[in-house]
Parts: sequence; C-alpha cells; structure tokens
Amino acid sequence: MGELFTSTIWPLTVLVFQILAIVVPLLLAVAYLTYAERKVIAAMQLRQGPMVVGPYGLLQPLADGLKLFVKETVIPTGANKVVFVLAPMVTFILALIGWAVIPFGDGIVLADINVGVLYLFAVSSLGVYGIIMAGWASNSRYAFLGALRSSAQMVSYEIAIGLIIISVLISAGSLNLSAIVRAQAEQGWYVFWHFPMFMIFLVSILAETNRHPFDLPEDESSLVTGYNVEYSSMTFALFFLGEYANMILMSAIASVLFLGGWLPPFDVWPFTWIPGPLWLILKICLVLFVFIWARATLPRYRYDQLMRLGWKVLLPLSLAWVVLTAGVVLAFDLAPSAAG
Amino acid sequence: MATLDKVARTILWQELIKGFALTFRYMFKRKVTLNYPYERGPLSPRFRGEHALRRYPNGEERCIACKLCEAICPAQAITIESEPRADGSRRTTRYDIDMTKCIYCGFCEEACPVDAIVEGPNDAFAAETRAELFYTKEKLLANGERWEREIAANLERDAPYR
Repeated sequence: MGELFTSTIWPLTVLVFQILAIVVPLLLAVAYLTYAERKVIAAMQLRQGPMVVGPYGLLQPLADGLKLFVKETVIPTGANKVVFVLAPMVTFILALIGWAVIPFGDGIVLADINVGVLYLFAVSSLGVYGIIMAGWASNSRYAFLGALRSSAQMVSYEIAIGLIIISVLISAGSLNLSAIVRAQAEQGWYVFWHFPMFMIFLVSILAETNRHPFDLPEDESSLVTGYNVEYSSMTFALFFLGEYANMILMSAIASVLFLGGWLPPFDVWPFTWIPGPLWLILKICLVLFVFIWARATLPRYRYDQLMRLGWKVLLPLSLAWVVLTAGVVLAFDLAPSAAG
Repeated sequence: MATLDKVARTILWQELIKGFALTFRYMFKRKVTLNYPYERGPLSPRFRGEHALRRYPNGEERCIACKLCEAICPAQAITIESEPRADGSRRTTRYDIDMTKCIYCGFCEEACPVDAIVEGPNDAFAAETRAELFYTKEKLLANGERWEREIAANLERDAPYR
C-alpha cells in the first residue's frame, strides 16, 4: 500500500494539482481577457465599456459566464449530434493542453519535453479539427462555409508560422522551449535578431486564432457568425473559451520564442527582482494587447487578400529568412552546440 | 523614385503604424459616453418631459380650469371637467392627461395663464402597463410636489427669454 502510494497515488495527486494550477488561472485569465478586450476597444472608441455589473463592470465576465451556463443547449434536428457536441470540447481541450509545455520560469514547466515546439505546433494544427467538425456537424450552410474558410486560413498561415519557428530553432539549436529561452539569455532576445519574423509571427497568429483583421470565419456581415452559428449555451461558451485560450496560448508562444520567456528585459537589480513567471505574464499581456489593439484598428481583409498575404508575402519572406538565418549561422560558425 | 517610395512605405508598414498610433492616442482621450443611469447629460431649462400640476406656495392649486390647455392640445390628450368650489372659485374636478397620446409639444405649458400645467425635467417615467400612463389630477399634483424645486428653478432660468 505504501509503495502504491509513493509510486502512483502521490505523483498523480501532484500532477493533478499542477494541472489545476495552470488551468484555473488560465480560465480566469480567459474570462478577464474578454473584459479587457471590451474595455480596451471601448476606450479606443471613446466609450466606457462594461460599467454596470460590479465596480467598473469587473464582474461582467462572471455574469456572462453564468448566463451562458444557465441557457438551454439547442441541438439542431439536422445536426450530427455526437460530432456536434464533441466539436466544442475538442476546440477547448486543444486550447488547454498546449500549456503543458510552456515554461513559466526556469524549471517551472509541467512537461519539459525535448520536442516542445513540435508539440505546440501539432496541438495548434489540430485546433482546426474542432472548427471543421462544428461546421460539418451543424448541417448549416453558414456554419459550413465558416468552417471551410477557417480551415483553409489556418492551414495557410501555419506554414508561415512553421518557417518562422525554424528560424528560431536554427538560432537556439533546440526544440525544447526552456532551452530556447536559455539560449535567448545568452544571445539576446530573438525579437531583436529576428525582428521581421516577429512581426510576421504576430500577423500569422492573428490569422491562426481567427482574430481581426483575419476573422473571416466569423464574418458577421457575410456568414452571420460562421462555424458557431448553431451553437448555444455551454457548447457556445466552450468555443468562446477555446478561442480566447488559444489567443493566450499563441501570445505565450510568441513570448517564449521571441520575447525571452521568463527573462527580465535587463539583467540588473530592479528587473531581476521580479520573478520570472511574472515577466512571462507581462509579456503575454503585451502581446494580447496587440491582438485587441489590432481589432480596434483594422478593417477585415477580403478572403482573396488574406490568401494572397499568406501564400505570396508571408511564406516567401519567412522562407527567405530561414535561408538567411541558416546562411549566417553556417558562414560565421554560430551554430550552438546541441545541448538542449 | 515614386515607386520606390511607395514600396518602402508598404514594407515599413507606414500606414499600419499610423493607424495603430491613432487608436492608441484615442485610448487616452476623454470618453464621450455617459454611465447613463448614474450620469446624465445637461438638460435645457426648456426641456419638455413629464407633466406636473403646480400649486401656489400657500398650497392652493394654480389651475383655474380655464381649459386653454385642453383647447390647444394638438393631440387632444387633455380632458378637464370643472365645478365652482364652495368658496366660489372655479376649480377642476378632473384633469386627465393621456400620456400615450401626448406629443410633448409644450403647448399646454405655453397656453397656461397661471403656470399651472408644466412639463418638468423628468424623462424617466416609463411604465409597465398602458393604464399607468393615463395620468389623473392626483398623479399630476403629486408630480408637481415632487418636482417643484426643479420646475421653479427652470422657469426662473428661462424667464429672461420669454
């Protein structure tokens, strides 16, 4: 019994608590991201935003969540019920499991696997399944068109993201996210070395998470609301949570790959005094602000413009940068030793 | 050269940066919206809101049942019946305003020789039933008591222009 406890039960309990320690703050962050989005966009449009529920509307996300929770889940007659219910779960779960490999600090990571970047890339690619399942299972034209648009768009921009990540990998010499951050401690943040790629990465993650100005899958004016038209109540809430959790995950990836993860911006006293996870959170907030800022600033792309940008501009640029990075690393013999 | 200029602007995201800078500046500007139920915009002293029947400071009702308001009302929303009182003065026994008919033109107020019927500053008198919007004399006099301070101040502020 004692052996069973030490070998199985105790590690499992610890693991569950570790997972909860990530998921619970994440869900809270998602709730308050919607609040922050409404407030920031309101401010940019000279409005006040939510003000009624709680002081400064601070309880608004809870009220919204409660409302969605209490509503009835409507499943359309024509829908494929199993897939219809499964789709939001897939979206939501995929948005959560990516967090397993994000390093919050030096050694503070749930699963410090050697192929962390590949894992993240795989998880974010799978995200398209939730959407296409939702669109197909709804048995509705709008939902299906939204899902088609979304999958085509995500596939297109993932290629650019992949190539950008390759540039980072060449510089860091590792697929382990912690090792990438440590490499940035030595070489300086990659946002400086790979600045054009950082900008392209920001554009690509906007498209990858179906956010403005690339939110064509949710284009109200032509698709009503896209792949989630037929969803209501908690099934809708799961899509919503998944979308925002994905935004936070993408911001975290951007922070880890380019903004030095948990590293302080300067390695001197007042900056080193603030703990690493806090720096990571600050950086994530910064990238999230850019997401919201873009939404308040830019009009929506036309679909052919979106595809042209992805395939004819971002893809060649990131490919050229991979060649350039590889060339520079090879020419000056900068390749880091295969440590990670 | 012009082409080069244009290409440079595109590559350096000149227009994007301008746009983003604009929205960022706007974020710190003063809000133009009000937190409505708690904050309200300024109202003109001439604002024509909910009706009220006023009294003299000694408590006597102002209305002398001349029925000028009833006559001028373009929507025919006002109904008045009157009788001489015991002291010989003429007073209304019934003064009804159908608020669902009223068009808030303010003619009743203009017609009144004794400033009895006025439209006060209250604009929040929505009701849940239609019947609640058929105002009686009691309701109008109660309104007068409730809003007298604001109404008197507004009349005084507007007096120089009349």
